[in-house]
Amino acid sequence: MMEAVSVPPFERFYETWSGEILAFLRRRLGPAEAEDAFQETFLRALRGYGRLEHGRELRAWAYTIAARVVVDAHRRRRPAGEPVEGAAVDARPAYAEIEHLAGDLPPTERAAVVLRYGYDLSYEDIGAALGSNAVAARQAASSGIRRLRRKELR
Amino acid sequence: MTSVPEPLDVRFRTAAASSGFLDVAYNLLDSPLGTLLVAASPRGLCRVAYDPEPERQAEELATRFGLRVLRAPLDEPRRQLDEYFERRRRSFELPLDLAGVGPFPRRVLEQLAQVPYGEVTTYGRLAAQAERPRAARAVGTVMNRNPMPIVLPCHRVVGSTGKLVGYGGGLDRKERLLRLEGALL
Repeated sequence: MMEAVSVPPFERFYETWSGEILAFLRRRLGPAEAEDAFQETFLRALRGYGRLEHGRELRAWAYTIAARVVVDAHRRRRPAGEPVEGAAVDARPAYAEIEHLAGDLPPTERAAVVLRYGYDLSYEDIGAALGSNAVAARQAASSGIRRLRRKELR
Repeated sequence: MTSVPEPLDVRFRTAAASSGFLDVAYNLLDSPLGTLLVAASPRGLCRVAYDPEPERQAEELATRFGLRVLRAPLDEPRRQLDEYFERRRRSFELPLDLAGVGPFPRRVLEQLAQVPYGEVTTYGRLAAQAERPRAARAVGTVMNRNPMPIVLPCHRVVGSTGKLVGYGGGLDRKERLLRLEGALL
């Protein structure tokens, strides 16, 4: 039984994770673009913050939002009209699909699967998001995928 | 560990304050009476505190007003408080949010807000004005828990003999405020 963790005031969430998320955004987007993405990430987080039910995995939650902002930034960067390689025109974005599929997984596996296959994060970044390391992140993602396959076979 | 450069941090906090998503914005202001913590909800000013302990107070504000509490610019309260301390302002024009304040304390605080700059009243008189003439002691408690000292001028309330009696921020501050307003010579 996991202990209930209450959600801290937004100030503490921001103070705790803003530096790390900025570093992540810089790695993904470069220093200039990272600034807008930083603002967008924490404004999105602020918008959703009141709906959080517990304070577990706030770090993974922050990374998920940041990763989504990165995907959006890449999409904007692509010249208009150029099709996304291998994607159907009306397909849901990969992260939406994965988030839906992974909804029932245990929290750590869910976060690992979503960040890896929905957002294409490296295992180093996922390890950081989960507060562990790349090896543990790889394990969590693959055990999540195994669990999803089992579910599919049933 | 990366730290967020100040301009970027300020930019986010400013954007958050005008986004409409904050439950409470708070900030620390310098004043002649020391650092003050000032906080406002979308409905109005909701806290002024001496000797701030921001972390504890952020928790307390989150419990009362909602989790989306962030340190952010509060330009208008800052401007009016600065003017007050420079003797260029005698009353505050700020909407107040008294959410969570019970009916009796609220009546007392509403009466307190009417006490003019540079004048004093007594605990007993405030009690009578709040229609509880024998509740002078309870009025003292309300003053002690005043969520917005200075702006709600509990420093203007003294004992029936004219003694300063007490002040949540310490008697020294009460005396300095009354002196600033010219109520004490």
